[in-house]
Amino acid sequence: MTRKSNITADLFVTCVIDQLYPEVGVSVVKVLRRLGVAVGFPQDQTCCGQPVYNTGYNHEARTLAKRVLEQFRDSQYVVVPSGSCAATLRVFYLELFADDSQLLGEAKALATKTYEFSEFLVKVLKVEDASACGASYHGTATYHPSCHLLREMEVKEEPKKLLRSVPGLEEKELEGAEICCGFGGTFSVKFPHISEEMVADKIANVQASGADTLVSCDMSCLMNIGGALNRQDSGIKVRHLAQILDHESE
Amino acid sequence: MAEIKTQDFTAASKAAINNPKLRRALDRVASGFEVARLDRVAEATPEVWERWKQEARDIKAHTIEHLDYYLDLLYTNVTAAGGHLHFAKDAAQANEIVAHIARTRNVKIATKSKSMVSEELGLNPVLEAVGVEVWETDLGEYIIQLAGETPSHLVAPALHKSKEDVAELFAEKLGIPYDEDIFHMAATAREVLRDKFMEADLGISGANFVIAETGTLVIITNEGNGRLCTSAPRIHIGITGMEKVIPSLQDLSIFLRLLPQSATGQRITSYVSMTTGPRRSDDEDGPEEFHLVLVDNGRSRMLADPALREALYCIRCGACLNICPVYARVGGHAYGWVYPGPIGAVVSPMLVGLKKAKELPQASSLCGACREVCPIKIDIPKMFLHLRNQTAESPDPNLRSAPIVERTMAKMYARLMSSPRLLGLSRRFGRALQLAEGMIPFSPLIKDGKWIRMAPLPPLSKWTRSRDLPALPKQSFHDIWKKELSRDDS
Repeated sequence: MTRKSNITADLFVTCVIDQLYPEVGVSVVKVLRRLGVAVGFPQDQTCCGQPVYNTGYNHEARTLAKRVLEQFRDSQYVVVPSGSCAATLRVFYLELFADDSQLLGEAKALATKTYEFSEFLVKVLKVEDASACGASYHGTATYHPSCHLLREMEVKEEPKKLLRSVPGLEEKELEGAEICCGFGGTFSVKFPHISEEMVADKIANVQASGADTLVSCDMSCLMNIGGALNRQDSGIKVRHLAQILDHESE
Repeated sequence: MAEIKTQDFTAASKAAINNPKLRRALDRVASGFEVARLDRVAEATPEVWERWKQEARDIKAHTIEHLDYYLDLLYTNVTAAGGHLHFAKDAAQANEIVAHIARTRNVKIATKSKSMVSEELGLNPVLEAVGVEVWETDLGEYIIQLAGETPSHLVAPALHKSKEDVAELFAEKLGIPYDEDIFHMAATAREVLRDKFMEADLGISGANFVIAETGTLVIITNEGNGRLCTSAPRIHIGITGMEKVIPSLQDLSIFLRLLPQSATGQRITSYVSMTTGPRRSDDEDGPEEFHLVLVDNGRSRMLADPALREALYCIRCGACLNICPVYARVGGHAYGWVYPGPIGAVVSPMLVGLKKAKELPQASSLCGACREVCPIKIDIPKMFLHLRNQTAESPDPNLRSAPIVERTMAKMYARLMSSPRLLGLSRRFGRALQLAEGMIPFSPLIKDGKWIRMAPLPPLSKWTRSRDLPALPKQSFHDIWKKELSRDDS
């Protein structure tokens, strides 16, 4: 099962996974190791700063971004199991440090080695088939492309390709897949009445898909969609792609 | 200027969400436009579409970078064609220019084709105050004028009204029997407006584009009313924003494709009307006077800010409204001013002042769908972030308006996340609270030790109104890494 490679990747696990979904982080590490990657985890890491950046607090966002730049300065690759946190490292740090040539240089260096998890598997590790990670899943699944993964990272086909190749998994189509689930960070608590309407439509489409599992590459979107599903006592499971690829956790 | 209600976004959006009729109208019309737009993209092929977008963006970017030059050229060519070009620095000045022309030429009746800028200026009441009878002749605009409302969409102003609403309105205002047949209603409006076209002394139009090299005003319509407004009365006044100028007729061609295809999914609109100056001596008809009023009204502020300048590239196609999941739920009126949807949430704060419209740039999940569909590739989410940053951090007290609670929370968050030790302690405190709460029998707050059903304090209580929140699990990923994962046994 285990492939050999001389690739070293440091995991930026994201604060959402660290604090609320540690099992997702465990799956990410296991899958990467099975693919022969030497996984590191800089232990001082916390949050990329996206919540404050998206709310307009660039000063606070820079404080947190500088920590990330420092912790991953020597990494060969940085793997982020979240489209929106990966976008923060790769896209938004360049905006944050646009006026600081030294830090901008560091941000650019980080941007070129930062990959979202599914993107890293397909583009760097050249994984074409999920059975390479030993995945198998007995059930039906549908995929929610998170907005930042889709439109900031421009990662569209990679997660679907991996998901489709999982032995035993039957893929179901999700109506309105590319419509935002309504999370949007602080948007969800600033305008809960709008956010709730958006997630209501999303879960209606998930339920209509006939899938027993909803898969995505962003736990914050899944926290939103899963939280709404759970409030309605729905039995539909929400899973990060890494959990599907890590068959042992199922 | 049109009445500003941008401060009421939260209340207005709540009311809109509770209006099922509005949701049905939005689903039908706005989504219908988006489906048709996608057909056009497929027809052109996405690669060609992408090229068109870039070409259009390049033209807009070039013109806006050299706006002074092209406005000067436009002035020369409008004048050379026998027309008059007026610059108005604000709404009051623009309204006064039009009212002055109406007064001095003894205008009694004015017909108007669709103009968002005239909505922005609040022109109609000003004209009425100087004794002019004003008739909106675009069917949608006519409907909302009868209803005493404002447009709720850039290209479909009466989108929020169902055919039943319109039938009731016509019965009440025109004194005709209730008839919800759309063709009959259109025929009624046509009959009323035909007479007005013939009687009007003054025709007022907007402009989709203004061509600098020829001094030509271009309008794109589907009803032919624009052509009648600009040719039948003895005076024609075009009113538009100063950003609508483009260099040449050759540059126009890409926009004649992109604008209708992005707006309604039509390959081309029914009418493209171009007006260059008043009638010439050998013309059989046409207005005796041609005026073009170019309005600033805050646009120079957008021009001055490199982070917001590209909002001036907008061609008002409405594609960003049609795709926006927020607009789809709250509709146009919730935005509280003339320009709704994602582009409105950027433009309104710039034109009416950020403090008055500070909620608008916040009312987005930053999903980026607007940028994806924009035919000019305007990065609307990036401008939302810029405006949010001004609200939070600007040294200018006219811009900064974030509540102190929010600022404090942002600082506390950064402090917490800067210290893994502090984060670990807070986590243990949170776990202790959860465990203590879990010992209360039949606790309403936590379910199965896994889900928080009702968070006691905002902002989390806002979340748990309709969604559960995962409770803190026993271990963080940091804990697991230290115990089990740091050594690679595979």
